[in-house]
Amino acid sequence: MTPVNALVAKELRSYFVSPVVYVIGAVFLLIFGVLSYLAVVNASVQAIRLMQVQEAAAQLNLNDLVFRPTFYSMALVLLLLLPILTMRLFAEERKLRTFELLMTSPIGLNEIVVAKFVSVWVIYLGLLAVTGLVPVILSLFSSFDWNPVFTGYLGLALMGALFLATGVLASAVTENQIIAAFLSFGFLLIVWLLGAFGSLAGDSALGATLSYVSFIEHYDRLVRGLVEAKDLVYYLSGILLMLFLAYRVVESQRWK
Amino acid sequence: MIEVANVTKRYGDLTAIDRVTFTVGKGEVLAFLGPNGAGKTTTMRILTCFMPATEGTARVAGFDCFEQSQEVKRRVGYLPETPPLYQELTVTEYLTFTGRLKGMTASALRTGLDHVLDRLSLGEVRRRLIANLSRGYKQRVGLAQALLHDPPVLILDEPTVGLDPKQIIEIRDLIKSLAGSHTVVLSTHILPEATAVCQRVVIINAGRIVAEDTPQHLSARLRRSEKISVTVKEPPPDAINRLSSLAGIVEVFEQREAGTFLIECELGRDLRDDIARFVVAQEWGLLELKSISMTLEDVFLHLTQHEEGVGQSGLAPAEGTG
Repeated sequence: MTPVNALVAKELRSYFVSPVVYVIGAVFLLIFGVLSYLAVVNASVQAIRLMQVQEAAAQLNLNDLVFRPTFYSMALVLLLLLPILTMRLFAEERKLRTFELLMTSPIGLNEIVVAKFVSVWVIYLGLLAVTGLVPVILSLFSSFDWNPVFTGYLGLALMGALFLATGVLASAVTENQIIAAFLSFGFLLIVWLLGAFGSLAGDSALGATLSYVSFIEHYDRLVRGLVEAKDLVYYLSGILLMLFLAYRVVESQRWK
Repeated sequence: MIEVANVTKRYGDLTAIDRVTFTVGKGEVLAFLGPNGAGKTTTMRILTCFMPATEGTARVAGFDCFEQSQEVKRRVGYLPETPPLYQELTVTEYLTFTGRLKGMTASALRTGLDHVLDRLSLGEVRRRLIANLSRGYKQRVGLAQALLHDPPVLILDEPTVGLDPKQIIEIRDLIKSLAGSHTVVLSTHILPEATAVCQRVVIINAGRIVAEDTPQHLSARLRRSEKISVTVKEPPPDAINRLSSLAGIVEVFEQREAGTFLIECELGRDLRDDIARFVVAQEWGLLELKSISMTLEDVFLHLTQHEEGVGQSGLAPAEGTG
């Protein structure tokens, strides 16, 4: 086992022996379940209304009525929950002085940052996989287009990864886990709001730039089933930027 | 094996260590001695590549700590001041993790693990969570982590802190047994420890090396007079003057306890017999008479409290009674 794999395995183990993953996982799955349940109930109410009007079995689009609202709402849920998953990554190591062990072992700092990010992303992807039960169950009773569901999940995976990478950076900045959580939460919220400013600014270059910087516009296209290179590039470069900044932050602390 | 040349580390305006220079030969055990905040941990952190020096170079096993840090890290076992333990893991899990982190192969890890568990008597707690271990066990797990991959260089920051006397002796024996095959640098503020396990002592104070030698040499070099303590039952008021009149005596001090005098004699003269005869002849009632030798403890206090006039090597004579 290489040092990087060993670190990923250890991080996963640390997550699963602490209550954090179970609490966050339970809340995450519960909220996803409630949101999709509400969306399904809403869809059936609309179906009944349509039947009364048209006196025929209406063709209901589950993609529009169930998956899209659920995916949209999940953005806010991720914003609130994911910083709590990442807050311990570096802050705890520094507080408990275990960071000295990592830094004096033959493992590069870039490998440490990547290993920490990968471990928490794996946990998040695991949680996302469990939510896959919702479309699977719905597919037993109804038919819908799977492709936008897949792209929606791709959006969730990428946007979650960006949130987690931001959380890694926030955790590298401070020894205090609460501050780390609030830093990433606040930062992400501001980036989200940049999108709103972007639409205020309209069609100008500033507006386009602000909308591009915000992650929500890119997520929106993926949820609607559009996979465009610029959105994928946005997420990948955002993740890399955050991880690179985390690397630089930790590196610079050694010099102080 | 370890060469440190003119290493300086500054934290902002604060100079933690100032032009520290020393070398450690292969198989040697060196103690870093100094009061808290003297710069022991900073020096060790530079040697283990945890942080770079502001100036100067440090080399371990021929590799530069800054330029070739990965090579250095592979060859160093390090026990930091606070043992770097993950509370949520069991002892075996933790050691397996650290072994893999050091790049050990599965088979080397298996034998190494059994070896350190046995050597540090951790066998009975191997399946317990580190969070539930006592301080002494935690310290030993930290030490096991440093020894696990059998590195040629060991850097131990206060290895016996938090251990009970029996464990301290065990750990000291362990370190002594490493001498010869391993190069060991350990820091301590407990002086008998340095005398017990080390061939060489570096005394550091306020970021500077104030002395470097074997424990025996250090105490010998600082002892520039023989001291004798004498206690009598009924000293006359002018006892000091009358004692001073004896041949070969440099100075006489009255100690805090009534009737006890500290007599400083010329180097190389044993005046115990003369003093005893004198006191008995004067009928003061001799109660106790003993010669006092300077321990490493005195040297240490001397060096760290009377800095003036003490060169980095070749200790200049200093004033005071030590």
